[in-house]
Amino acid sequence: MVAVSESTDGAVSAYTVRLELVDEPGELLRALEPIADNGGNLLSIFHERGSLTPRGHIPVEVDLEATPERFETIVTALREAGVNVIQAGAERYGEELSVVLVGDLVETDLSDTLSRVECASASVADVALSAPEGTDEPASARLRLATQAGERDRALDTVRAVADEKDLLLVEPLVGADR
Amino acid sequence: MRLAVVGCGAVGSAVCELAGEYGHRVTALADSTSATVDPEGVDVEAALERKAEGRGVGTVELDRALGAEYDVLVEATPTTLGDAEPGFSHARRALDRDCHVVLANKGPVAERYADLRAAERESDGTVLFEAAVGGAIPVLSTIADLGPTNVTAVRGVLNGTANFILSRMSAEGLDYDHVLAEAQDLGVAEADPTFDVEGTDAALKCAILANVLGDGETTLADADVTGITDLTPSALDLATDDGRTVRLVGEVVDGDGEPEVRVGPRLVPENGTLAVTGTQNIVQLETRHAGQLNLSGRGAGGRATATAVLGDVGRLP
Repeated sequence: MVAVSESTDGAVSAYTVRLELVDEPGELLRALEPIADNGGNLLSIFHERGSLTPRGHIPVEVDLEATPERFETIVTALREAGVNVIQAGAERYGEELSVVLVGDLVETDLSDTLSRVECASASVADVALSAPEGTDEPASARLRLATQAGERDRALDTVRAVADEKDLLLVEPLVGADR
Repeated sequence: MRLAVVGCGAVGSAVCELAGEYGHRVTALADSTSATVDPEGVDVEAALERKAEGRGVGTVELDRALGAEYDVLVEATPTTLGDAEPGFSHARRALDRDCHVVLANKGPVAERYADLRAAERESDGTVLFEAAVGGAIPVLSTIADLGPTNVTAVRGVLNGTANFILSRMSAEGLDYDHVLAEAQDLGVAEADPTFDVEGTDAALKCAILANVLGDGETTLADADVTGITDLTPSALDLATDDGRTVRLVGEVVDGDGEPEVRVGPRLVPENGTLAVTGTQNIVQLETRHAGQLNLSGRGAGGRATATAVLGDVGRLP
């Protein structure tokens, strides 16, 4: 969640949110509605149609004005509407934190693995599972985790601990390398 | 300079072949079974021919080579773990005589760095080991130029065999065992590939980097190492779908006071700097004042690695 100081006086500030949209008609409108519905004042929309994110989606940058409280509500509403929020104000979500797990994922209870990762400072944004050889051979899963600023290391530590305990091979993202 | 070359594998023999071109003379040469010594210069061609015929490089004992007249001992025997013998003793013997030591052997630098530096302090000789990390790539001399305290992290793809296997698995969708067999047929992987595919080789190189950057107390035992043997084609496919690929990456990062060493399969951007293919190596330095430096090139091979050895010889005081 976005951190909001107790002492804020409700003054309106400008915020930038970076979104990632599926390339389908109506997606942009669907992404803007939670902003307008929750009292955000749209300032500008930068819709980078020409470029794609690594996941093949379209990056959109929205500048808006809102009180800190309303901004928090807007970000929550966006995520509840299924819009992928990459960055909100100074807080970064889902910054390239993908991991791949290899091993007996099904036998070691995939949903348990996911919920334990979820408990930490991260939420599981999406999961891709591949088990081409059936359940007898090792399966692979790619998890995309949304973390808050500063929580990335802690989220990774949790994934490491779960992988270690369940004897899964963890392929981590490289922290600090060129992205 | 007069060189005594101990170890006559791909690197040692290439050093002998190229020494003349760099203005040096080989006055002693030893392999695991024999040695040849000549103050006027060993007949390298004849010695290598003898070795190719299975007769050993010469007719005298190894001890004669270690006791011969030379300025620099080139230690190119196979890397051993633990006490790093006999490489360490060879180096110490040269230092005891106030000779310089250039190591291609990773063992003494990765496993007994503090002992090696202590022996160097007692000696008028200098120890250099550029060839031990990243073959021909000038990693250690670059760090020396920058100043170790100005380098905050090092990460890299440091093992050609593991990298070859991962690139092939990813490009062709083949499984690990299939690609390993292919790599062995091509001579890219050893008959026993454990050292490479379990991450040990990369970890030794990272331990050396950690020693250079830190307090010099790091060994293989301090490294957190995971290999690539459990990776599946489907895992690589999932990475590719996300615009990434998997590489065996070694990392040395500033811990609290002492550097931390980690080696394991990591997701890297598919077209990023670290996604080198085949047997190419790359080392990425994070620096305090100069941002990121990327050094890539041939991380192995006799002649390539010999250039790093001879570069060190030229750098000696």
